[in-house]
Amino acid sequence: MSLLVKNIIRFILFILVQVYVLSQIPPLHQFISPYLYFLFILWLPFNISRFGLLLVSFILGITLDYFLGTPGLHAAPCVLIGYLRPFLINILISQEGAELNYAEPSIKSMGFAPYSLYVLVFTFIHHFYLVLIEWLEFGNFLYFLGKVMATTGISLLLIFIAEMLFFRKQKFRTNTA
Amino acid sequence: MKNIFVFIRRYFNFLFFLVLQIVSIVFLIKYNETYHAAYAGATNEVTGAINEQYNKVQNYFHLKENNRLLLEENTRLKNLLRINFENADSARVVALDSLIRDTLGHQRKYLYLPAKVINNTVSQQMNYLTLHRGANQGVKKDMAVVSPQGIVGTVIDLSENYSRVMSLLHRNSKVSSMLKKSKVIGSVEWDGKDPHYITLRNIPKSTPVAKGDSVVTSTYSANYPPDLMVGTVDEISKDPGSNFFIIRLKTAANFYSLEYVNLIENVQWDEQRRLEAAPVKNQ
Repeated sequence: MSLLVKNIIRFILFILVQVYVLSQIPPLHQFISPYLYFLFILWLPFNISRFGLLLVSFILGITLDYFLGTPGLHAAPCVLIGYLRPFLINILISQEGAELNYAEPSIKSMGFAPYSLYVLVFTFIHHFYLVLIEWLEFGNFLYFLGKVMATTGISLLLIFIAEMLFFRKQKFRTNTA
Repeated sequence: MKNIFVFIRRYFNFLFFLVLQIVSIVFLIKYNETYHAAYAGATNEVTGAINEQYNKVQNYFHLKENNRLLLEENTRLKNLLRINFENADSARVVALDSLIRDTLGHQRKYLYLPAKVINNTVSQQMNYLTLHRGANQGVKKDMAVVSPQGIVGTVIDLSENYSRVMSLLHRNSKVSSMLKKSKVIGSVEWDGKDPHYITLRNIPKSTPVAKGDSVVTSTYSANYPPDLMVGTVDEISKDPGSNFFIIRLKTAANFYSLEYVNLIENVQWDEQRRLEAAPVKNQ
């Protein structure tokens, strides 16, 4: 399957799961709202252009927004992590040039510790910005702190489960091929 | 001039990032001011069509509950029929005390339309419902939405065949309500915590309130007809900073399983709004 088709299917699946499964779950607590859809941005291939990455992130966010009825609320954090992704990948990637040998970020291509850090940082940034916008609308500092922590935790758990369930086989590509 | 182009080329990604951020924030701010999402007409049709497909499956699982609700509502309405009230005939004059049908349409104030709920969230801070009935089928903005058990929300956005409803469980929703017993009027809001509970404010501390009291829509809430169930009193606490109670209500409507609702239009509201919007001459 080509990378493009794979990512289009992934896009649709992430949106459907977020809208019809995760957003339908009755909330356990005010602070906990499960988010998984932004993992799509983290899974995009290494060689996507920065312009393309920003555009895809924006489209992902705004699509979710139109389903949930909050235009702009999820688009803004998505664009932010889309913008920051190349910088963090440059810092985290090991010396061997994994971005040339593997198609997309994963445990196998980046190593367990750098990949975990990559996911952790972007999950935190996404929720921090998302809840910050919500907080500016409603205002309550405790709500802000608690919700950032709780949603980040839940998201990390969901991402961990997603990584275990859908183990992505990564082919090792050499420059000669 | 050349330098400008060089600058733009060099920082193109950053500038594009800023543009997208600004677009998002503008969408959000505009939406928060007007509750009208940018390009909502077009996108509502698409998301509505997908929601409908999903709903076809989901609907099936709530059939039993829906039947029970309909039965309950029918029983309640049947109990109100005049045929059920009869006492020994002592009257001398026959008086017509209610019109069966308003043939000229002059006296009608509220018009009910049925609609199917095809999407509904409870887990966000701002929750919405999507109804499969839109502008072509007579829905208008600001129409009230009620379920068989209690009030649900207000229409905020429309497309041809779908409409979007701001749920009672929305941080910005506000409904004028009153205690059924004492007719004291306050306003109902949601604090974003638990979808089972809403908050009633502005009830003076002198009012007698007890746990379990019914709270209904007030006569002032223009889009809701009066005396519709909002909720029942669950917990009463005194606000130390003011002269009012903060009363926690259990919602009458079960927001987890909304399937069919009624839209209510206040036909006479336009006239009222025009009068209220006119500047007061005598001050």
